Amino acid sequence: MTTLAPTTPPKATSHEAAARQRRSGRTRGTYPNWFYLPAAVIYGTLFLVPTFASFYFSLTRWTIFKSTFIGLDNFTEFFQEPALVKGFVNTFLYAVVTSGLKVVLGLLLGILLTSQIRARGYLRSVVFFPVLVSTVGVGITFTAFMDPSYGVINKALAAVGIDGPGWLTDPSLALFSVALVDVWKGVGLATVIYIAGIVSIPQDYYEAAKIDGAGPWQLFRNVVLPLSWPATSTVIILSLIGGLRSFDLIWAMTRGGPGFSSDVVASVIYKQYQAGFYGLSTAGNVVLFLVVTAIVVPLARFLARKEVQR
Amino acid sequence: MRSRTLAKRRAAVAAAAALPLLLSACSAGSLGSSSGDGSATTIKLMVDNAPDNLQAAKQLAKDFQAQNPKIRVSVETRPGGADGDNLIKTRLQTGSMADVFSYNTGSLFQQIDPTKNLAPITKDPYVNKLDKSFLPQVTVGGQTYGVPFGPALGGGVLYNKKVYARLGLTVPTTWAQFIDNSKKIKAAGVAPVIQTYQDTWTSQLLVLGDFHNVSAAEPDFAKKYTANQAKFATDTNAVKGFEHLEQIHDLKLQNADYASATLAKGLQMLATGKGAQYPMLSTVIGAIKTSNPDQLNDIGFFALPGDDASANGLTAWFPNAFYVPKSTAGDKLTAVKKFLSFAASPAGCTSQAKASTPTGPYLVKGCALPPDVPTITKDVASYFTNDAQSPALEFLSPVKGPSLEQICVQVGSGITGARSGAAQYDKDVKKQAQQLGLSGW
Amino acid sequence: MKNPARTWLGALSVVVSVVVFVVPFAFIVLTAVKDPQQAAQLDFSWPRRFQPVDNLVQVVEARDYILVIAFINSVILTVVSVAAMVVLGAMVAFVLQRRVTRWTGLINFLVLSGLIIPPAVVPTIWVLQKAGLFGGLPGLILVEIAFGLSFSILLFRAFIATIPRELDEAAVIDGASPLRLFFRVIFPMLRSVIVTVIVVQSVAVFNDFTNPLYFLPGEQNATVQLTLFNFQSQYNTSYNLLFMDILLITVPPLIMFLFFNRQIVAGMTAGAVKG
Repeated sequence: MTTLAPTTPPKATSHEAAARQRRSGRTRGTYPNWFYLPAAVIYGTLFLVPTFASFYFSLTRWTIFKSTFIGLDNFTEFFQEPALVKGFVNTFLYAVVTSGLKVVLGLLLGILLTSQIRARGYLRSVVFFPVLVSTVGVGITFTAFMDPSYGVINKALAAVGIDGPGWLTDPSLALFSVALVDVWKGVGLATVIYIAGIVSIPQDYYEAAKIDGAGPWQLFRNVVLPLSWPATSTVIILSLIGGLRSFDLIWAMTRGGPGFSSDVVASVIYKQYQAGFYGLSTAGNVVLFLVVTAIVVPLARFLARKEVQR
Repeated sequence: MRSRTLAKRRAAVAAAAALPLLLSACSAGSLGSSSGDGSATTIKLMVDNAPDNLQAAKQLAKDFQAQNPKIRVSVETRPGGADGDNLIKTRLQTGSMADVFSYNTGSLFQQIDPTKNLAPITKDPYVNKLDKSFLPQVTVGGQTYGVPFGPALGGGVLYNKKVYARLGLTVPTTWAQFIDNSKKIKAAGVAPVIQTYQDTWTSQLLVLGDFHNVSAAEPDFAKKYTANQAKFATDTNAVKGFEHLEQIHDLKLQNADYASATLAKGLQMLATGKGAQYPMLSTVIGAIKTSNPDQLNDIGFFALPGDDASANGLTAWFPNAFYVPKSTAGDKLTAVKKFLSFAASPAGCTSQAKASTPTGPYLVKGCALPPDVPTITKDVASYFTNDAQSPALEFLSPVKGPSLEQICVQVGSGITGARSGAAQYDKDVKKQAQQLGLSGW
Repeated sequence: MKNPARTWLGALSVVVSVVVFVVPFAFIVLTAVKDPQQAAQLDFSWPRRFQPVDNLVQVVEARDYILVIAFINSVILTVVSVAAMVVLGAMVAFVLQRRVTRWTGLINFLVLSGLIIPPAVVPTIWVLQKAGLFGGLPGLILVEIAFGLSFSILLFRAFIATIPRELDEAAVIDGASPLRLFFRVIFPMLRSVIVTVIVVQSVAVFNDFTNPLYFLPGEQNATVQLTLFNFQSQYNTSYNLLFMDILLITVPPLIMFLFFNRQIVAGMTAGAVKG
């Protein structure tokens, strides 16, 4: 890529200190608070207020027409959901599998697509293309593909003598199959982030390593991997958050089935909403929020610290 | 320099962004055929997007407009199933409901809080024309709120008559006979009982369709069930539906691809004789007509048999109804009432039957089925004429759990047993009962 | 890498990519031109009868041209909400990055929580109702902005950190007002990251299925993703029309992608990864 954006400017510490001194008076005028205002109004009313309201409503029995305060009953009820324990395990599995695969495949594809490979332009486009298709469309297509007897995948396997499994109908496989499709759809974005991370590694590093006699593996191990770390942490955080909250694709493909075997927390919540148990559904949302925060915030801190150390 | 050209380009982009806004002001919503003339009252009718219902609604609107040139009816659609339920609730709550809409009768009808959200039509003359079995389904606290849209349906078994004839089988009147038949069908290399768990809802028929047998054995079950005194897991009659589901899986009477098959595939199997029996609602006639028009009359219908041959009868589903939200007023309300009166008349039935194949009898006095209806419809209707039918549980009790379909898939796939499935369902309905604020829960 | 090896690797990658990525699209296209009976088989086969025009016309005409209305709605929704995300997000990111006060930590936390917290659907409906915005396009636009702001702010903030402060100071000494400084000096420099935000967010908004479903009920308000419902009902699904619809609604993101293809990586390089 030759159309690289501006490179990192000098961020001298002395300059930072000087800036801090000048800050008090002038910065307020140059960087006025009201720049926050329009965004804050929209974000506050349509995101923060509902989020706080949900803390209250999660303590009520709420038909959309009226709400009755019932204390923590919704939370006890929610934790008694037959699908919920499984849903938690599934949520973790799904998030870990999808973000793990996206990191590995994204990195490999990133390296491949920054090398001097033939048909690079075509490959870059085709890998990114699934990102553009609607989740529902992808879900319907792959549900058809994964049909155990008529689906393309098992027909292809049968042609080479393998008896393909019931990808979406075997309770122990369904979640994993959906996760694979999620990776298929999302790996393009991870790849782009990696491509960006890899092309921004200054050429000097490669040359220095080559002069030291590093082979391709050492080059990968000692240059590409550590220097694309910011890309790795971006991919991990984005796909982990996506994976923990994931819902669209699971819903389009299995609706949490067969039975409850591919239910995740988000789909349990949605089912409660669908059934009209608004209080219960909101309580589930609060639980999901706490869980995601408990995982993502420490992880983000950890990744950021690692980044600084390098 | 650079920033100036950028600024120019930005202005152009902003103008381009504003353009569709202006366009939309005149075009969105006014596209299409519904061009109104000044003096007419336009009423909006909302129905679900099932092709049969939509076509019937459009035909009704058309024939009604022919009789009432001053009124225009514009038909809009909503998704079916649970998404549709939520849409209805939010639109009622926000006062943004169409002037008249179709929705379920029975337990789901209770959930939209009729007394608060709907306009009663109790005193209107056309209410007298409704079948007496239908009235309780749209009546709360002495007030009636709706007229039927579409015919009644039966929940039972669709069967391939050719396969039955070839193997010399007769329609079973007990569950034991049904299993016997199924074993013979299996021996002949045909899938005896079609199950299609990709479309989860289709899994419930063996449980829900068995309810006539439950009421026959235990007439007050529904009442005790609503009062939290009877449970599926502990009532020997009620648990049978779950046991049947388990049995057909244990005896391997299902089609091999039951886990991944869809309703469409199931109907094709049935029509082409690859499968012989399909526990289903008679409402799928329209779908068979599209996919296998030539084989439609090879398919017949019988009620799910129970233990007692003498009590054999049909579990009946009532049609949806047209309701009027409280937000409809003035000229529109007058127009809507005229429309309801038309829908609940023999002319209305004829109009609906013209556009979509009836799946059972119409529940309006004076309505007769056209003579050329498919075999399934005739079979369903004969249970009504012989008075060998009773309503499904959801029309007798507001308590219906949301997860029955998943639980049925689990039992039918051998993931859980019949008893524990029934127990899971008992837990599932508890939330519903509490949400409705019923006493005893 | 030597030339033969390059060629082999290239060929291998192309073959794999065809199997993994092209076959699914071929399936969508083939199913979209089949007749209803064959499409219902959902198998990967050559259409026995091509009827692309028939299917196209049926899809476009369905429900009194609802698809046309949906396209208009979706385009307005996407353009307006993404434009707002870009401008408002950049404004917040600018001040947030430049001026550190004791509130900065809190604001950072609020921004991050927008990415983490699953939106509370029913309470949001409740707020929209109170504001009289429920069920209209403006309401949904605001919702999309609110849900998308966090991601935009994070991308912009990382990029603004790479713009030297001296630039601001020079502009201020020249007598530029904050607005002028931002829109004339900073905003143009964000070009590459703006492209990234536009691409990522418009795909997200245009392909959004759940939010329109929740917040935009009503026929005249349909967005393109909701038109998929028209061909998929509980009892009957017309697969050929469904896939034709999927194909049609993939065209706008595709055009945008072809248009911005080159800049996407550049924007990511500049924004998301550094800083």
